[in-house]
Amino acid sequence: MEFAELIKTWKVDDVVVSRPLLQPARGTLCLTSHHLLFSSRGAGSLELCLLIRNIDAIEKSVQNLSGYQTIKCVTEPDGDRFVGSSGIITVKCKDLCIWYLEVPGMEECLNIASSIEALSSLESVAHMYPFFYRPKQASLQQGCDPCTPQVQFTKLSAQTSNWRLSYVNQEFRVCASYPEAAIVHKSIDDATLRTAAKFRQGGRFPVLSYYHTSNGMVIMRSSQPLTGANGKRCREDESLLAAVLGPGMKGYIIDTRSLQAAHQARVKGGGFESKSNYPNWKRLHRAMDRSRVLQESLMKLVEACNDQSHSIDRWLSKLEASKWLSHVKVILTTACLAAQCVDREEACVLIHGSEGRDSTLQLTSLAQLILDPDCRTISGFQALIEREWLQAGHPFQLRCASSAYSHARLKHDAPVFLLFLDCCWQMSIQFPCSFQFNQHFLITLFEHAYASCFGTFLCNTEEERLMLNVKRQTISIWSKINSPSEREQYVNPVYERNDLVIWPSVAPQSLQLWQGLFLRWIQSAEHQTEAYAQIYHIMAHSRKSTQANSEMATANKEAPMPRCQDRSEAV
Amino acid sequence: MGLPNSFWQVSHVNQDYGVCDTYPAELYVPKSASTPVIVGSSKFRSRGRFPVLCFFCQDNNAAICRSSQPLSGFSARCLEDEQMLQAIRKSNPGSDFLYVVDTRPKLNAMANRAAGKGYENEDNYSNIKFHFIGIENIHVMRNSLQKLLDVCELRSPSMSDFLWGLENSGWLKHIKAIMDAGIFIAKAVAEDAASVLVHCSDGWDRTAQVCSIASLLLDPFYRTLKGFMVLVEKDWVSFGHKFNHRCSHLDGDPREVSPVIDQFFDCVWQLMEQFPCAFEFNERFLVHIHHHVYSCQFGNFICNSVKESKELRIQEKTHSLWAHLWKSCADYKNPLYRQNHRQTQGFLKPHTASSNFRFWRSMYNRFEKGMHPRQSVIEFLMAVKEETQQLEEELEMLEEKLEIQDKSQKNRNEKIEVSHKLELSDQHLANTPQDYIDNGRLFTCSTPQRREDSESMILIHSMKHSDTDLSASSDQESGVADLNCRSPTGGDFLSGEESSKTLSEYPEEVAFAVA
Repeated sequence: MEFAELIKTWKVDDVVVSRPLLQPARGTLCLTSHHLLFSSRGAGSLELCLLIRNIDAIEKSVQNLSGYQTIKCVTEPDGDRFVGSSGIITVKCKDLCIWYLEVPGMEECLNIASSIEALSSLESVAHMYPFFYRPKQASLQQGCDPCTPQVQFTKLSAQTSNWRLSYVNQEFRVCASYPEAAIVHKSIDDATLRTAAKFRQGGRFPVLSYYHTSNGMVIMRSSQPLTGANGKRCREDESLLAAVLGPGMKGYIIDTRSLQAAHQARVKGGGFESKSNYPNWKRLHRAMDRSRVLQESLMKLVEACNDQSHSIDRWLSKLEASKWLSHVKVILTTACLAAQCVDREEACVLIHGSEGRDSTLQLTSLAQLILDPDCRTISGFQALIEREWLQAGHPFQLRCASSAYSHARLKHDAPVFLLFLDCCWQMSIQFPCSFQFNQHFLITLFEHAYASCFGTFLCNTEEERLMLNVKRQTISIWSKINSPSEREQYVNPVYERNDLVIWPSVAPQSLQLWQGLFLRWIQSAEHQTEAYAQIYHIMAHSRKSTQANSEMATANKEAPMPRCQDRSEAV
Repeated sequence: MGLPNSFWQVSHVNQDYGVCDTYPAELYVPKSASTPVIVGSSKFRSRGRFPVLCFFCQDNNAAICRSSQPLSGFSARCLEDEQMLQAIRKSNPGSDFLYVVDTRPKLNAMANRAAGKGYENEDNYSNIKFHFIGIENIHVMRNSLQKLLDVCELRSPSMSDFLWGLENSGWLKHIKAIMDAGIFIAKAVAEDAASVLVHCSDGWDRTAQVCSIASLLLDPFYRTLKGFMVLVEKDWVSFGHKFNHRCSHLDGDPREVSPVIDQFFDCVWQLMEQFPCAFEFNERFLVHIHHHVYSCQFGNFICNSVKESKELRIQEKTHSLWAHLWKSCADYKNPLYRQNHRQTQGFLKPHTASSNFRFWRSMYNRFEKGMHPRQSVIEFLMAVKEETQQLEEELEMLEEKLEIQDKSQKNRNEKIEVSHKLELSDQHLANTPQDYIDNGRLFTCSTPQRREDSESMILIHSMKHSDTDLSASSDQESGVADLNCRSPTGGDFLSGEESSKTLSEYPEEVAFAVA
């Protein structure tokens, strides 16, 4: 295989592997085309199987070892080896973990490092591990039923007949980043859609994202209109939006850019819906930061979290400077605003920024989480991710190419999806009983979005996935999550379905650093785990006694029956 | 604690509060310390607060003792005081030295020397290890709390405003300093098996904080409901924390006011966050005690010293908070508490990295209900536990009945129905949907004056019963809402300025289109 050319050294013995919270272990390191494998001998053995795709950055140091005391202390005084004859490779992963590999022999060390670098920078999607991953469990092979627009429409049509399923985007002719089917208002024909799509960046014409059952209001999403500096209009686009609003209804357009940024976009051919051309639609501008800023925010946050020696002052000022929680607050606030428009103001909402593939999707999906109890279940959340992220064309491959450690500084990286997950987590701690899934579920999704053996998060659009035949040739992460043996670990033990709209607090006092994610490799969470186990225990105990009770009740019932009157007489 | 024993005994030297009027009448001192030594030592200590036992570790004989600063000035010595420390050290035969912890910053302690006070000179006392810990004084703490409360009261602050204000207040820095000191002492006792003498200036503020935190870390008893009451009573009330002055119950010197005990509760909360299964009591318990420290509803916290409360006959004339709390102790139990678990027993070792110290929302913003989680796992579990218990009782009953039925076969139908009803109603209790309906009503109606604090708008004001003001304004609000939101025609809606207001509830300037 061609991968073999990239691997200069495939096996080294006597490697010491360590990371914080873990006893260093000595064993054999192997490199394969997609994995870094490590196996130690003896007691407390460590088996490591690290996807090379998961590696964000590596650093090597071949000088002395005094900087790494944890490693040095376990290295027995070894007569044959002198300082400098071995090197340390620091492997920084996309899931934020940092591993230290102490490799004997300078040459081996450099070989391993450069092989990892070569393997981790493979660009071609078809060479990625999901295309080679063939698990033994047959159940995983079966795949699963993703939430296609067709499925969504079937559900929708049970509630209203105002919307139709359009195949105008067949073979992705109208919009490359949409799926082939889209839900649009029934009074709009495909020809209108085609013209309207030309007036929207990337052809992303307004489509239905969410239908609020209780009052029939909808959330739609699109990209910016291409009005340009001269204020071009498009009658079809206008009629498309006008059709959504019935008589006397109002609508809000939530633009994820500041008014100023929206004005500037006109210079480049973009723009916004003007009030005169779109009557009854009111525009609200909410400035949300873009990819570069978000990526830097993540880097700063992770850097601050990884240094546990900060004083309180320094920690707080670094946390503040990272702006991560500020982003969380803005996103959550704007999502609440969208939900508020729908549920409280009884208005329809259209959300877009410029491309409509990043912050737009954060908002539409979070608003649904607020409004729709189904989205707060495990299967509902999967459907939400499928609909609002994968099929809606969030460019996972571009955005998740690197994580917090990479030096590559790629232009398109941005933790858009991670911010969304963080917002979900913030909501789940404010409504700890309303979400069927736990934080482990969210963390799993984070990990797999960045590096995975499953094909779900590969590529940027449905079109690309179809071209590479991702659905046939790779295994879906949902089939793993939904398999009975796996599912239990993602279930929140205190979940009780809550059919109401949930309004999270967005006060700074209410938002917290997601320790379970950002500090999980640095700080032991044993006491939190213990608490979780205790909750689990209490709930299991409760279930058991409920069951025992009802069994006993049945047993009582089955026994020969006296009459009720007998009792009253007896009393 | 296995006292008195062969090393420690009760001393009645302070029977009539003659030696030290801020100490209780009965004190534990080393057996080897004679009365002249005690009296001599007390003369060499600020306000006569000589070293006495505060915590004794049965496993290794290590002890935590507390006192006030010595009157050493630049060169003064006192033989009795030196003998006293010697006696304390010798009461712990397992260790050949004694830690002396001065909880003040070194600079403050040195400044005190000019006033004839100061700290122990390692040359004069044999086998002591002297440490400064660096907790700031009551004035710094008072200002810090004021700044923190200012931050809490900001109207819809941005994340940066809040974090910056939190940093600027220094509050968490002080909490960490106290915690670090407590951990240092607990470690010395548990790991080095060494005894520790702790003091600050007068030994009733920082010393009380640090000793009680160390006791909490060391002994699981203090993490129970009863134990915590004992701890507060012992380390704070009886050792003369000046509640009257610090909490400014009467119109006194404002420079004496300081949130010293508040900081202790904050530290306890931080520990509870880190060790969710280690404490028998829950957050509500802490908040209620805190409330009553200031409420003056009970007699426990209104005096400056035991002597004062004896003189005022507090015990006869007032009720005790502890009895009051104990009556509803079920409300204060932590459902996650595991009594006999390895990790909750013994010495707790908290993480001390800065990211573990958090702002205590349920304390400092406790009246802004809108900021708090809408559902509480703890309350949910409490309900579930109660339900389970009922079910178990029910089960027993049914089992018994079944046995009886085998013989006499009577009367089931009705009881079974009862049991089902019970299940249902309890499940309703466990969830809290009613609140949202309440929320719904408030939410639609928004007035401009409440616009700024959008957060609370979004959320439930479940406090209504206690806040008549609020319910009054909500009536008013629904009137406004009628005007705003129910306008029948689209044109109205477009031009209506009010509608823009209703929407700007989520803050940040609403940048409307310039159409």
